[in-house]
Amino acid sequence: MEVFEKVKSLISEQLDVDEEQLDMDTTFEDIDADSLDVVELVMALEEEFNLEISDEEVEKIKTVGDIVSYIENQIS
Amino acid sequence: MRARKKAGIVSTGKALPVVRLTNYDLEYIVETSDEWITARSGIKERRIISGEETNSSLSEIAARIALERAGLKPEEIDILIVATVTPDQPLPSSACLVQARLNAHRAAAFDLAAGCTGFLYGLTVGQQFIETGAAKNILLIGVDTLSPVVDWTDRRTCVLFGDGAGAVVMQPVEEGRGILASKMYSDGSKAELLEIPAGGSKRPATLKTLQERGHYIKMNGPEIFKFAVKIMVESTLNVLEMCGKKTSDLTYIAPHQANVRIINAACKRLGLSEEQVLINIQRYGNMSSATIPVVLDEALEEGKIKQGDLLALVSFGAGLTWGAAVLNW
Repeated sequence: MEVFEKVKSLISEQLDVDEEQLDMDTTFEDIDADSLDVVELVMALEEEFNLEISDEEVEKIKTVGDIVSYIENQIS
Repeated sequence: MRARKKAGIVSTGKALPVVRLTNYDLEYIVETSDEWITARSGIKERRIISGEETNSSLSEIAARIALERAGLKPEEIDILIVATVTPDQPLPSSACLVQARLNAHRAAAFDLAAGCTGFLYGLTVGQQFIETGAAKNILLIGVDTLSPVVDWTDRRTCVLFGDGAGAVVMQPVEEGRGILASKMYSDGSKAELLEIPAGGSKRPATLKTLQERGHYIKMNGPEIFKFAVKIMVESTLNVLEMCGKKTSDLTYIAPHQANVRIINAACKRLGLSEEQVLINIQRYGNMSSATIPVVLDEALEEGKIKQGDLLALVSFGAGLTWGAAVLNW
């Protein structure tokens, strides 16, 4: 759950949304994130977790849960 | 051995087209809205050339202002550099057309193409001639007239660009002043991220290239966004380190004005406050090589920049190219 907490706090900070609003099924559309918001979020995630998320991976990411499982796979 | 001379910017000038195209005007041209454009770019309006206005005519006006403020006559210019990717015509260079307009007959005139980084490339090139003593008076113009090469059917790009020109006079300055450090960078492996594919000698204009809209700017926005934020931070820190300064020593940063969200993301990572960042993108959009000299000129006219201020300049653009410099004003 640690990754989920960190991702939630990053999204909340980057996109100015309440952490309470976020669960594993929240999509970018749910929180009104545009394409540049997603780019900025990806950059923040890369910096926080010290990894690179390729364009192809970003395309596949639809929900907060997708981000969490991608990161968990990368850092495990 | 005599100490090398230092090069500095001693005056600035600018010229902007008369016609103002607002986001509301664009709503009639492509499927877009003021809200959409403002949220994604920070741009509210841009200037576009019309009538007799051209790359060289804007350059001439900006140059005359900078020359007058420096107390310099056109015939005293040793080197005339026009940083641009949109010359009036493929041949000759815009610099030679500007030379003729100014009657700067003693100058060696040439264009410098480095995408939106053109002005910073020109600054570093000019700096070398002054530091070695090969030239005393350099006129550097950053100018682009992108509106004719913007695809007005592509709503992702056409809202971002504008036309304009900025000029600076560079001269030797006293030790400790002027350009303290500068550096140019390129990565040609990322050329396809921002290009005009046709119209060069490889794919000259044909009916086919016209039908394919090959003569217009094609850009991968999200990729450039990531690249830009990263290299703006890295190159600014690098030039600061080159001259033994820290971000906390900076009075202002004059970043290339491509997108306010790129500027904010980079400046946040550099730990700079909003007051330290010179921004005018809301009025002009991305004028390519003209953004930095124009934002400097406005900050000087507003009395923001004062003698002794420490400034960082940083830009990025097609190539890809990027560059940064630190100046003690």
